[in-house]
Amino acid sequence: MLNFFLAPLQYPFMLRGLSAAVMVGIVSAVVGTYVVLRGMAFFGDALAHSILPGVAIGYLLGDGKREPLFWSALVTAIISALGISAISRNTKIKEDTAIGIIFAGTFALGVALISTVNSYTVDLAHFLFGDVLGVGNSDLRLIVIFGGITLLIIFAFYKEFMVLSFDPVLASTLRLPVKLLDFLLLILIAVTIVVSLQTVGVALMVAMLVTPAATAYLLTKRLPIMMAFAAIVASLSGIIGLYISYYLSIASGAAIVLVCTAIFGLVWAGVSLSKTLNIKGAK
Amino acid sequence: MNVFKEFKKTSRHLTRQQRHEHDKDAPILHAEKLSMRYDSGDALSDVSFSLQEGERIAIVGPNGAGKSTLLKIIAGVQKQTSGEIQIFGHAPGGHICIAYVPQRNQVDWTFPVTVADVAMMGRVGHLGLFRNPKSHDWDVVQNALKLVKLNHLAKRQIDQLSGGQQQRMFIARALAQEAEIILMDEPMTGLDATSQEDIFGILDELQARHVTALISLHDLKMASERFDRVMLINKHLLAMGPAEESLSPEHLISAYGGSLQLIPSDEGTLALSDTCCDGEHHIAQ
Repeated sequence: MLNFFLAPLQYPFMLRGLSAAVMVGIVSAVVGTYVVLRGMAFFGDALAHSILPGVAIGYLLGDGKREPLFWSALVTAIISALGISAISRNTKIKEDTAIGIIFAGTFALGVALISTVNSYTVDLAHFLFGDVLGVGNSDLRLIVIFGGITLLIIFAFYKEFMVLSFDPVLASTLRLPVKLLDFLLLILIAVTIVVSLQTVGVALMVAMLVTPAATAYLLTKRLPIMMAFAAIVASLSGIIGLYISYYLSIASGAAIVLVCTAIFGLVWAGVSLSKTLNIKGAK
Repeated sequence: MNVFKEFKKTSRHLTRQQRHEHDKDAPILHAEKLSMRYDSGDALSDVSFSLQEGERIAIVGPNGAGKSTLLKIIAGVQKQTSGEIQIFGHAPGGHICIAYVPQRNQVDWTFPVTVADVAMMGRVGHLGLFRNPKSHDWDVVQNALKLVKLNHLAKRQIDQLSGGQQQRMFIARALAQEAEIILMDEPMTGLDATSQEDIFGILDELQARHVTALISLHDLKMASERFDRVMLINKHLLAMGPAEESLSPEHLISAYGGSLQLIPSDEGTLALSDTCCDGEHHIAQ
């Protein structure tokens, strides 16, 4: 039995993959708490997809090296985030429509760029669905640095982000720098997405942002506890998902997201059940 | 330019610099020819008035009269198209002594915070960046909750509160903010008589502490009985003064137009309006 858990750990790629999955899980769950509370799921999904051209350019220019890919993805994410808010602010086009336009347009550009490469299908699949077992030491370093900075900022601005998300009007009567904080949150979401690119890929990223946070939302009434629960759900999903991926040869990103979704399903069922029982009990 | 302003705000927030010294001789709030124009038309036009410290003022007028817009401009959340607002002789942008209590349906009640958390949000402006609440701040919050009689519910999640309790929680937040002007948008709507009485009890307490209250209402009878002055608006300021004056039949007709019926009765004129949000009829004498 013990061997079942220890056997995969003899492989360095598995150890690196597990650390990456846990760290990415924690960062995206904490940032995802605000994505869920502010109803930004579609924005997060779109932002994740829209970094594909950045990834492609970094990949083509950097000769397949990781670091340039990371930076160009980050720049693209920030440009897309700005583009979405510029379109919805300056025209009568509503935000979700603006998100749709930018999302599909940039995604298509990314696919087009990648399709110029010979090993098109393999590479595209990596970016779309992640390859956590291919995480190298330099990737881990980037995850630690940027994930760490993101978490630090979230905690440093904890009360400001809470006020801004709960009651933007209060934030402006308190003379908080509302626009700057809004923008900062967009940047943090963008950084989180880029950091998580390797684990679940562009297409499944939104699950890491939304599912653990939504699971925690069902279980608690306090913001800090919601963040902690979300981080626990996400890192557990990372670990269990990777074991499943190892033993059943399932794509790692998909396995992580499936575990995450299953945990949400169980919690949702449990909460709904206890609610119906309570109502019946009260009668 | 905008970015620069944001940075100024940030640095102010960082250093907890005192926003503006109060000029105690100036009226607590003075509005001069406030106008708010949207593409769809005027929301407010040429509204001028002054408030004295400790007054309790009702804002009444039909739906779409610009009551919420006026409150938001005073709060500094919306910027007027033209005109000027001064609070203790300064523009509202530099003040955090104004508290705005939102309409209850504009709040996400499932947000994972407790009653005490929400009251503590009022302290955020006083705390500044990277600073956690100290025991003094918890004392302020504790006292604020005690005053609105919610201290026993401090640890409850906010979706477990009744309508009246929700409203009292926001008043507690305004108290924690140490606000000198409290703006409330339709606080009485949908509350039962007991909850309304509770809130008036707290408003009396606020008035004893010289807090100025500007409250929008639908109920003309309440406005005429429980407030120092009544402001009647319908895009324009139609009247402002003691209820007998500002709610005169002529003024009411010019505010409510066709939707108001005046019925002569033994005790004077009965004005019947049907503009309230929930279709109820409100009666004022």
